[in-house]
Amino acid sequence: MKLMINGQEKSVPHHLQTILDLLQELNLDPGFIIVEKNGEILDKNTFTSTPVQNGDRLELVKFVGGG
Amino acid sequence: MEQTNWGSLKRFSRQILFSPIGVKGQKRLRNKHVLIIGAGALGSGNAEMLVRSGAGKVTIADRDYVEESNLQRQQLYTESDAAQSLPKAVAAEKRLKQINSSTEISGVVADVTPEVLERFSDVDLIIDATDNFDIRFLINDFCQKQNIPWIYGACLGAYGISCNIIPGKTPCLACLLDQIPLTGATCDSEGIIAPVVQMVTAVQTAEALKILTENRAAIRNTLICFDLWNNEHSEIAIEPLKQDSCLSCGRKRAYPHLDFQLQTKAAVLCGRDTVQIRSGVHQTMNLEQWESHFQGLGFTTKRNPYLLSVQLEEPYRIVCFQDGRVLVHGTNRIETAKNVYYRYFGA
Repeated sequence: MKLMINGQEKSVPHHLQTILDLLQELNLDPGFIIVEKNGEILDKNTFTSTPVQNGDRLELVKFVGGG
Repeated sequence: MEQTNWGSLKRFSRQILFSPIGVKGQKRLRNKHVLIIGAGALGSGNAEMLVRSGAGKVTIADRDYVEESNLQRQQLYTESDAAQSLPKAVAAEKRLKQINSSTEISGVVADVTPEVLERFSDVDLIIDATDNFDIRFLINDFCQKQNIPWIYGACLGAYGISCNIIPGKTPCLACLLDQIPLTGATCDSEGIIAPVVQMVTAVQTAEALKILTENRAAIRNTLICFDLWNNEHSEIAIEPLKQDSCLSCGRKRAYPHLDFQLQTKAAVLCGRDTVQIRSGVHQTMNLEQWESHFQGLGFTTKRNPYLLSVQLEEPYRIVCFQDGRVLVHGTNRIETAKNVYYRYFGA
């Protein structure tokens, strides 16, 4: 499946069903990520129920601590 | 160009020619006080640009000292600062004063606690140039309580992120993150490249200039992030994440992170194989006395006016500051560091 992630087209395995699956596939800790899907910001509680589909446009913002 | 009691505007002419700033903005900037927390990579970059821009007063606070591994990206420091183990706040103040003598510059050697922050309740802006989330949540609560805007900034590897937090307007950090991230990833374990520092400081200083010159309409309302190696960038409008129930900025606000008891008394320093221990009681250290004490125990010591370094049994080295803090080098385990600390400073 092809997704547009942070402005770049990426191929991810077809078996991924939800936002949480995707974050796990990308090794991202869901606690420290803000997700926008097709222009809409997601409530963290919906990561497990929000589906990802071919062609979705996602912005994934990761909080880091260094400085 | 117009003469003022703070010298010629000429040195700022190119910035004044930029029409959103102009003479009016330049004068506003001259009357503002910015507190920069952290004098590492982000702190260096922000401080240098704000001082060059003509901010009236810049205070920069930091708890650490300059080391050789800082020089790759922390632009205010020199080999000589590292050789002398100068506190970053001291070295930064010295360099910034050379850059612009008409800005009032003050370096504060301290671990920023709620108590230290109370001294700065009248600042116009706080720039986050720290390396951990404990202090960011403290800054967040303090700024909500005192109604001060602050600018989050962070970087790691080739990745950078920044966001304006404006009380009464944007969501706060606690709205965005419902828990304090305890990530093992630091500049020590993952490394960092200098250009990402410059990118984050460019965003932070640009937003600072908008806020300080009161160009409110231009202030960014998105969280921005970029990865300079993988060529990715992203921006999210965070307004929908503002939470009415937030304990830091909501209706029933309690500012939980301003409670001194919640403050970590031992903290692992980002990327340094070092733990900082802060005594629970407020005390100052007579460095000269402690030096002769450690020499009496047969250890090699090194002292400058700000700190005392003692080479203990391998692999440990401790650095004591006048404000009573001790850095234990040679471990990133808090328990190990506490054992070393209590061995020499009692319980």
